[in-house]
Amino acid sequence: MLPPDATALRGRLGTSGRRFLTDAALRISLGDLADATSLVAADGDGETCDELTGASVLVATSDQLATVLTLIELDGVASRLVLCPPDLAQAHLPFVIATAGIDAVVVDRAAPVRDALRGPRRLICDPAGLMPRLTPSGPGRTQAPTEWVLFTSGTTSRPKMVLHDFASLAAPISSATAIEQGAVWSTFYDIRRYGGLTILLRALLGGGSMVLSDAAEKVDDFFLRAARDGVTHISGTPSHWRRALMSEAARRFAPNYVRLSGEVADQPLLDRLQAVFRGANVAHAFASTEAGVAFSIADGMEGFPARLLDEPGPVELRVEDGSLRIRSRRAALRYLGDDAPRLAGDDGFVDTGDMVELRGDRYRFVGRREGIINIGGLKVHPEEVEAVINTHEGVRMSRVFGRKSPITGAIVVADVVAAAAEGDSLRSDILTLCRDRLARHKVPVAIRFVPSLDILPTGKLARRIA
Amino acid sequence: MSVRNVIASHFVQVAQQQSKQLPPLADDLALLNSGLDSLCFAIIVARLEDELAIDPFAASEDSAFPVTFGEFVRLYENVAA
Repeated sequence: MLPPDATALRGRLGTSGRRFLTDAALRISLGDLADATSLVAADGDGETCDELTGASVLVATSDQLATVLTLIELDGVASRLVLCPPDLAQAHLPFVIATAGIDAVVVDRAAPVRDALRGPRRLICDPAGLMPRLTPSGPGRTQAPTEWVLFTSGTTSRPKMVLHDFASLAAPISSATAIEQGAVWSTFYDIRRYGGLTILLRALLGGGSMVLSDAAEKVDDFFLRAARDGVTHISGTPSHWRRALMSEAARRFAPNYVRLSGEVADQPLLDRLQAVFRGANVAHAFASTEAGVAFSIADGMEGFPARLLDEPGPVELRVEDGSLRIRSRRAALRYLGDDAPRLAGDDGFVDTGDMVELRGDRYRFVGRREGIINIGGLKVHPEEVEAVINTHEGVRMSRVFGRKSPITGAIVVADVVAAAAEGDSLRSDILTLCRDRLARHKVPVAIRFVPSLDILPTGKLARRIA
Repeated sequence: MSVRNVIASHFVQVAQQQSKQLPPLADDLALLNSGLDSLCFAIIVARLEDELAIDPFAASEDSAFPVTFGEFVRLYENVAA
């Protein structure tokens, strides 16, 4: 059942001329979108939006802004919106189209149409060609709730399609931070990922504006643009932020709110962000595509207070077999596909696969279950070693991984990006730090200095699984 | 430096770093009595691979783990030769 106040996205934008949506090329007033369209049929002309009523639509534009306009236009109209991430391999498209029962695809004008997208009906979204709708859309009341489908981060294997509805996506947006009239939001995430989409929805549903980032844009250029557009609230993964801190322009940018999610936010990074963005509230959130946004921690400390497990509220947390489990209305409904695994257990809890450890009165994130390195039967989470390495002020970021060993199966090694000078003295400092703070099997056997570490399109550090 | 000397220096270095008492490195020293544990050997083998660019354990699948220090050295010398 649809709640009585359910209103499609377009009906939540208001008519104010102050609120905007922008990327590096275009700036659109949100007030103009209530009765405008940017969708045209690829094989003709005329109004197309109403013809998509009840359709399952794959949004496969290369341009994020075009995706946002399509979402605004088709939420409450289409039965299903599938958000295709930019890095989705061509080979997976037929599977996606079949599994999601796609009737129509939306592409942009500039990019060539991929072969797999030539089957379904095709529409073009052209943000630069915004035009008045022939038939006014009314208040944007939903005909039926639209399903939103997102992809999980997996890059090599067949992607998992995660089914949300507007209610599960909008559920986290209730706190004071989320609804801040006049806030100008931005994120390093692509908005086709859960982490980015939640930020877009905060802007659209919370009375704010949205500045889209661009993976191809230099960090310096992005910060200059963010400062010019008056960004007040900004989010990204810890890997995004470690890279962003290398930018001089970051020092001339003064947001009110800096948010981290998607990876473990360690103490040195939180401290550095607070030092650079002095006036900002620095918060780290825990969220996953499947489990939704669980909580946000703004006390400046890594991990989360153990008492959160007992607190009543919209999100229930539990730790079982070392991993964090979450139950809430914010979780996705299910995975798409007949042979898809179950998303939650019988009791409705989603196992996040994120391992936590109780230290004192706080839980710390120690790493992903599948990332564990096995050293002759002893377990190491790469993240716990990285957290120690990253405490050294000469270190910008690090990646710890397992290297095959004929003796113990694996040994721990580390790639390190130095903040300034690298060399034997930094290497020996890092090793001393590790020996002081970690069990001996967790101390890296080799440290290699590298100029940079790859960040995946998901915003997460590219990890090698041994 | 000879392969034997490279190996010996890594034994000494790792023993020192891992706070292990290393007896004199004679050919007939049983590795089990060397005071080094499997983690120490894993580290030594990894460092030798980095320095000599050889991993005799990967090179031949059926090579049994050497029992004495002398056998350990010969294993490397044979691959290096």
